[in-house]
Amino acid sequence: MTTLFRKIRYLDQSSQNLCEGELLVQGGKIADFGASLGVPDGAEIVEAEGAVLCPGLVDIRAAIGEPGFEYRETIASAAEAAAAGGITTIAVLPETDPVIDDPALVRFLRTRGEETGSVSLLPYAAATRGLEGKELAEYGLLQAAGAVAFTDGTKAIASSRTMRLALLYAAGFGMRIVQHPEDVELARGAAATAGARATWMGLPSVHAAAEAICVMRDIRLAELTGGAVHFAHVTTGEALEHIRRAKEKGLKITCDTAPPYFDLNETAIGDYRTYAKLSPPLRVEADRLAVVAALKDGTIDAIASDHQPRDPDDKRQPFAEAEPGGCGLATLLGVSLARVQSGDLTLSQTLALLTARPAAWLGIEAGVLAKGRPADLCLFHPERSWQVQAGKLPGKAQNTPFDGRALEGVVLGTWKAGRRVYG
Amino acid sequence: MAQLKHLLGIEGLNPVSVTNLLDLAESYALLNRSGKTQRDSLRGRTLINLFFEDSTRTRTSFELAGRRLGADVVNMSVATSSVTKGETLLDTAATLNAMNCDLLVVRHKSSGAPALLAQKVGASVINAGDGTHEHPTQALLDALTIRRNKGRISGLTIAICGDIVHSRVARSNILLLTMMGNFVRLVGPPTLLPGSIGVNGVEIFHDMEEGLKGADIVMMLRLQKERMTAGLIPSAREYFTFYGLDRKKLSYAKPDALVMHPGPMNRGVEIDSEVADDAARSRIKEQVEMGVAVRMAVLDTCARSNY
Repeated sequence: MTTLFRKIRYLDQSSQNLCEGELLVQGGKIADFGASLGVPDGAEIVEAEGAVLCPGLVDIRAAIGEPGFEYRETIASAAEAAAAGGITTIAVLPETDPVIDDPALVRFLRTRGEETGSVSLLPYAAATRGLEGKELAEYGLLQAAGAVAFTDGTKAIASSRTMRLALLYAAGFGMRIVQHPEDVELARGAAATAGARATWMGLPSVHAAAEAICVMRDIRLAELTGGAVHFAHVTTGEALEHIRRAKEKGLKITCDTAPPYFDLNETAIGDYRTYAKLSPPLRVEADRLAVVAALKDGTIDAIASDHQPRDPDDKRQPFAEAEPGGCGLATLLGVSLARVQSGDLTLSQTLALLTARPAAWLGIEAGVLAKGRPADLCLFHPERSWQVQAGKLPGKAQNTPFDGRALEGVVLGTWKAGRRVYG
Repeated sequence: MAQLKHLLGIEGLNPVSVTNLLDLAESYALLNRSGKTQRDSLRGRTLINLFFEDSTRTRTSFELAGRRLGADVVNMSVATSSVTKGETLLDTAATLNAMNCDLLVVRHKSSGAPALLAQKVGASVINAGDGTHEHPTQALLDALTIRRNKGRISGLTIAICGDIVHSRVARSNILLLTMMGNFVRLVGPPTLLPGSIGVNGVEIFHDMEEGLKGADIVMMLRLQKERMTAGLIPSAREYFTFYGLDRKKLSYAKPDALVMHPGPMNRGVEIDSEVADDAARSRIKEQVEMGVAVRMAVLDTCARSNY
């Protein structure tokens, strides 16, 4: 099958500027692109009319309800949301039922992803058996089955001893440990960030410093072991400063953040809005600005959706009892592009954080527009706008913290290996 | 006065609405004392006391207030309701809605639970204490007690002592008292004080002598036993030694300073019996009395907004 995209705008790799041109897809791969390519026989034509064509988004952190929590979301419904959000690759968390701590389950998830035809599912495997934080999972066998890294998902690996062993042992296989950076004891029971707002709302809270405390320990353990640690959804300026310095030292430290942490602050939980209850909790404005600054200076390696599907009943609870987590697949691109419109980031920086950099982090071929690469593509119009409405998002999960947010950047079409899967 | 559909907290009230509620409550207090307790302004109205947390005095106080105004009062407590059978808070709300209740008095262990219910029921929701958030009728009855004794509810120095961080009574009182123009001091060990308050006119002390110096009112808070098991304070005797209100510590306050406590008291932990039972200084019993009057005023005001 041959597809020609005409009148596209795409980022030129050398100049990092948007240029106009055409792109040709043949046999599921990018065959050519340039100013004018001519129409091959039998080619399907996609008239982009000036929309931006970029690599399909690579999301390095999402939870999917299946297996075990299908009432929240299935793989099929997550794939639908991903396609509508321009996402063609998702690294999925192992916090399912059963927990992904067995090679057969890793293979199962990979296969289920292939069956969707629209999104590659790259499984994280559990860092510890059953996510219990005690015994290491079978890293070698899990890697051979296709696990991309090891993590206990939204549970921080609390024990320093376990973390040291995990980093040390994973390093032997050239693998990373992905940490949910939060001191477990300090964070126990917390529903919000400590401060005047949590005090007045009467909510159990955790100090923002709990993130830096965990990050400091793990950086030291990475140095000690030579291991590689990745900090997921980093939210505070203090933690980012430690990560920045560790990177300067040449340690194997990487990190990501998620759209809520650079688009919202703790005021979003006003009136006990449980859809804005996240883990880690939303922070003060100064931390949001610090996250934006770290996106800008490159300290943060990727923007991940941090998608956590929840059922209405999980959320229709008093705030402290409601489940944390927000869905984020359909809004990943739009909320990230808001940083371009605000002038904080360039389009090239933003797209790199959503495509090339996470793909490089995963060590996969996706994420760049280059000849011979898989034709995983996202066509979006950066100037068209839409409004996020919980209840009307694609897919099953509707628990968006961005309900009511107006966004610029509409996904017009998504292609997986040259096949149109959305739009 | 402005319509008051729900009373979810002191936040949302203003000095005028507080004064109106206190004035109405004062008139009920006088009527209650005169023995002419029976009114009929809530005749035909249904009040449900929905208590997810144990409480004897607050529930009884609301029950009495409702009955004195002629309402039909039903008590539901968590031990006897289907909430323990897995029914969610909102299922309960839907059930109560179907019963056409007019006034719903709610106590819940989670902050914000009454606010959540208020979005889902037709009845007026009155917060009888939610988690560590607010307990507005307690702050109103404290204010009425202070106003009756001091002749005003502004320009006073009020020390709130003890477990501030876990206290909804403290939050509602801080909001009300600062709103009315008083000087509020919070006194307690650092582990029981919030790190951030962010309200003007509130000072924090860790020493009772400094904190009570020149105070017009000393408001003691109940210390829950869980605070000791959670390691926030080492022992009851250490707490009593440094933060329990006895004659000596009370002597640091003004000579005519009054002692208050929302009850139930832990004698010998946060307060010494000698102080608690001193009729010249303690206004603890009067607080209970004003509780009924204030709740009558709140029920009456909220019910009227439903016409």
